[in-house]
Amino acid sequence: MDSALAHEPQAKIDRSPGEVRAAVSGRWTAEHAARIERIVADLSEQTEGRLVFDLAAVERLDTLGAWVLDRTRHELEGRGLATAVVNATPEQTILLDEIAYRGFQEVPRVAHSSFVSFLVDVGQSVAGAGRDLVGGTAFLGELVSALVRVIVHPRRFRGSAVINQLEQIAYRGVPIIVLISFLVGCIVAQQGIFQLVKFGATAFVIDLTGILVLRELAVLLTSIMVAGRSGSAFTAEIGSMKMREEIDALRVMGLDPMEVLIVPRILALVIGLPLLTFISSLAALTGGGVTAWLYGDISVDVFLSRLRAAVGLNTFLVGLIKAPFMALVIGIIATIEGLSVKGSAESLGRNVTSSVVKSIFMVIVLDGIFAMFFAALRF
Amino acid sequence: MLQTSPALTTRPQNPIIRVRGLEVGFGERTIMRDLDLDVHRGEILGFVGASGQGKSVLTRTILGLVPKRAGRIEVFGQDMDRLNAAERRAVERRWGVLFQQGALFSALTVKQNVQLPMREYLNLSPRLLDELALLKIEMVGLKPDAADKLPSELSGGMIKRAALARALALDPEILFLDEPTSGLDPIGAGEFDDLIATLQRTLGLTVFMVTHDLDSLYAVCNRIAALGEGKIIAAGSMETMLASPHPWLRSYFHGKRARAVMPGEA
Repeated sequence: MDSALAHEPQAKIDRSPGEVRAAVSGRWTAEHAARIERIVADLSEQTEGRLVFDLAAVERLDTLGAWVLDRTRHELEGRGLATAVVNATPEQTILLDEIAYRGFQEVPRVAHSSFVSFLVDVGQSVAGAGRDLVGGTAFLGELVSALVRVIVHPRRFRGSAVINQLEQIAYRGVPIIVLISFLVGCIVAQQGIFQLVKFGATAFVIDLTGILVLRELAVLLTSIMVAGRSGSAFTAEIGSMKMREEIDALRVMGLDPMEVLIVPRILALVIGLPLLTFISSLAALTGGGVTAWLYGDISVDVFLSRLRAAVGLNTFLVGLIKAPFMALVIGIIATIEGLSVKGSAESLGRNVTSSVVKSIFMVIVLDGIFAMFFAALRF
Repeated sequence: MLQTSPALTTRPQNPIIRVRGLEVGFGERTIMRDLDLDVHRGEILGFVGASGQGKSVLTRTILGLVPKRAGRIEVFGQDMDRLNAAERRAVERRWGVLFQQGALFSALTVKQNVQLPMREYLNLSPRLLDELALLKIEMVGLKPDAADKLPSELSGGMIKRAALARALALDPEILFLDEPTSGLDPIGAGEFDDLIATLQRTLGLTVFMVTHDLDSLYAVCNRIAALGEGKIIAAGSMETMLASPHPWLRSYFHGKRARAVMPGEA
């Protein structure tokens, strides 16, 4: 009797006129769900009179077995047939009573065609983008008013928080930003030399690298790196504080989360990003110089004097002016995403992702707008 | 011709959980040493002890979430150390755990939470899967419309109930409850106690309940075990507890809060 077969649920059917007696045996448990369902479905199809379940030989009955028995009884009674359960132990009786059939209605699902749902998606994302724009502008207003409050009451300014954030954002970001900027400087110079050598204009690689790095590349690389490193960290920090009601705790203590958490972070970003941009420019120019020397036989003296001639103060400033605006965009997006985290861990992950994606997208869009602006000014 | 339920057919003198000579510690600190504990089939064991004495650690050690330094843990008569991965899974299938904070998967709805172990371990038709999940959700006293909610949309009491429904998903034989009534209002806690007692009767469960709630101990527990100084300082019925001379037990069961629960105490 130890074989697995011995425990299989069975039903011995005994027909007499007007009554079917099903002596069920074996384990009526969830492991044998498929078999139980089949047995009971067959039984209920073949039954025409009264159906009696005899539980005397059942080894084990769990909620699944009891549920299927009770459901079948209910269905048969719906067809006007009488049913009964006999020889149940007191425990089984309690279980059957406790389970007592409930009709679970299927929740009707509204079906849409894929074209309609595509249109709905498009509409929703356009509306979402509009909401983001309005929300961002409103947030900028709040931020400015908080800044003004801090300026009016300088004692509410949290210097140590700003310094701490500056360390996280700027100081600890230096190595990786120096490394990637150096490499990108090398790559730009190398490709420039390969193309310009065809025209015998190798020396112009210095103009190319200098202007490209100072105007565009340094600030873009730095902003993208900071969006990935610090923007995501802001969103995660503020989001998890929101989840654990820490932001509400600040509010009820009469502290403004804007002043305590957000102003120091955004200030640190606005100060830190131009500093990093400057460091990034130096690193990229060094990379370009090293490559020019290795691939183009341009000596350090020649590189420096030509660079001085090619690059004016305005070129340098164009890059640097953009940096604080990039910082503001990154900070605002990161904070808004952080504050809109809902209760679940999944929502935190989603908001961190969307914070980084939106920041990088907006940084590039802003850079394009600045390019048109400076072109119009001939700066 | 009556037949005893499977929960009662095994010899009652064989404990369903047997812990012998258990030693657990973290780093330099030893939390419990030489601890023995029996949990009998079909009982509701209330497990008490001061905060920080290691009630949760003991529970987690039995569940295999915390490594032990020495000793033996037997569940269903099987030494947990000697089981291979498949046998261990078979044991884990037969117990359900209600964590203190519920530990519902936040990305899944209540129904999906309950269905997750069913999907993993059982081969159910979609119809039965739905019906059974809704049945468990109703058995723990939740409204059917809670089934499609996410855990973040539930109140504290509803989270406990939903987590209990998930713990019951596979019709376990042992149910571990870690402070099931903490964070519930007294009425909700009372209802939860009744629910556990009803489910224990209906499903023939053995319940291992870590609790601080004196009302729960009086209302539903058949036996109480008290943990102190890394050992079981007393185990037995409420009368044994009340008669114990141990200072911590005296202040616990005869203190001001206990008197409010037990009118007989003066």
